Amino acid sequence: MATERVIEAFEVRKNYVGGTEGAGLNGFDLQVNAGTVTGLLGPNGAGKTTAVRILATLLKMDSGEARIAGYDVRKQGAEVRASIGLVGQSVAVDEILTGRQNLVMFGRLNHLGHAKAVRRADDLLERFSLTESADLASSKYSGGMRRRLDLAASLIVAPAVLFVDEPTTGLDPAGRAEVWSAVRELVKGGTTVLLTTQYLDEADQLADRISMLKAGKVVAEGTPDALKAQLGADWLDLVMTEQADVQRLLQLVDRLADGEVRVDNLRVSIPVKDRTRALVEVATLLQEAKIEPADITLRRPTLDEVFLQLTGAGVPA
Amino acid sequence: MTAQLGWALADAWTITRRTLLHWRMQPGPVIFGWFFPVLMLLMFGALLGGAMEIPSGESYYELLVPGIFALAMLFGLEATMTAVTTDVAKGVTDRFRSLPMSSAAVVLGRCMADLLDSAVGLVVLAGTGLALGWRWHGSVLEALAAFGLLLLLRFALLWVGIYIGLAVKNAQSILAVQVLVWPVGFLSSAFVATSTMPDWLGTIAQWNPLSAAATAARSLFGNPDPSAASWIGDHAVEAAIIGPLLLTAIFLPLSAATFRKLSR
Repeated sequence: MATERVIEAFEVRKNYVGGTEGAGLNGFDLQVNAGTVTGLLGPNGAGKTTAVRILATLLKMDSGEARIAGYDVRKQGAEVRASIGLVGQSVAVDEILTGRQNLVMFGRLNHLGHAKAVRRADDLLERFSLTESADLASSKYSGGMRRRLDLAASLIVAPAVLFVDEPTTGLDPAGRAEVWSAVRELVKGGTTVLLTTQYLDEADQLADRISMLKAGKVVAEGTPDALKAQLGADWLDLVMTEQADVQRLLQLVDRLADGEVRVDNLRVSIPVKDRTRALVEVATLLQEAKIEPADITLRRPTLDEVFLQLTGAGVPA
Repeated sequence: MTAQLGWALADAWTITRRTLLHWRMQPGPVIFGWFFPVLMLLMFGALLGGAMEIPSGESYYELLVPGIFALAMLFGLEATMTAVTTDVAKGVTDRFRSLPMSSAAVVLGRCMADLLDSAVGLVVLAGTGLALGWRWHGSVLEALAAFGLLLLLRFALLWVGIYIGLAVKNAQSILAVQVLVWPVGFLSSAFVATSTMPDWLGTIAQWNPLSAAATAARSLFGNPDPSAASWIGDHAVEAAIIGPLLLTAIFLPLSAATFRKLSR
């Protein structure tokens, strides 16, 4: 099956002159295949929102090229807008209107007839589990519900590409879970999603591929597993019961470590090359030294570690 | 091309209906907006009216009611501004801009809704005025022309409101404009004849577009307007047409440019 590129960006540049409005782009490249979820991951100010706004025709690029569903972002704005849905950083629904009134209004603005707009609104309310609160002013919704309404509003005419810009910023864990399952639903329906996030676990949970953004440029790209593998070493995590054990352990394992050993209070993380042999050796060493660890685990590197290494930026909690 | 125009009008109507739905869902603010000028009318008419003397000897309401009409048009500016700023801040404007709809419709819809709002406001105010003893002495046609001129002023101020709303981007600045509306309202012939002011101040007040609308409305209603004799006082109707058109000619392109600049 030939894969279709629905988002393509080459060398996109955008400079903000002395503005505080956002981070610029500095040769941004991106390729996204149809039917996939791509996570655009980066710290605040990396240019995630700028990239989305340019691709959604809300912002003009200084130079470069970008196509959405084959349409030129710079020259075919109307065609691009007919192919996309946008879920921006702030929830863009009318808070005075009810959920249903919002969806009917956006349906009409998508040029559906009245009857069709009403039917579409009902479908979407059902799909995003909002039927019960359909006739409540959306200002009375919870954060997660309002986000779901926002998602629904961007799906009125089943867009080829959906941009979702930091969908869970400011939501509580329950709200995040609601939005995650809503995004997964979309993907089942075949929508291509470009998701920006500064949460690594969100990208890990939702995205097929991840592009890591630093200072307006993609610094790494691939599947979450491939990105983790880029870091190479696996990690052996040991949790000790007291500080004295930590010091003794560090002396014992010094020659086993394939890189810098990290110590976080009672937790010791050792990068290792040969997973199984390292595990056996450490276990033997501990047994001989009569040290009893509270926990011992072997794991792949987390996206946090990949992120830290690639961007050199602080990782938001 | 005609299909595009058709969609633009249909989209504008959808946006207008959005405001009408707001009125139904949350009637408080709009009703307050209609009755605030009534409150002004009662405050100035009943509280201060006793001390007011019109050179020609008629009831103060004869002078005051058309003045408050014009003032109500000025107050409408705040509603426009607030609505525009809120939509930009909430990202609703961005959502509109990411839809395959006509972008002119966003503004056109706002325009129709606000004119409708002001028309209802004028009806409420005129009803109160009639109950208090204000009358129009000319023909119905002249009275309609007077209301037309008032709405023309509102139309012009709408573009001022859209421009400021798009340009300021935050609620604090809106507050500043709300405060500034007052001196602009008072430095006019809305409450008192400009002939009672010091010459220089009276001249400034007469050139206020608000005064032109009030004076023109008074002359069409057949109400007294003892303005100091001056060119602008003698050509109030012309001024009440040209002034708003001039404001529109300045602020409509400015609004359009600012709207486009959102993508820069």
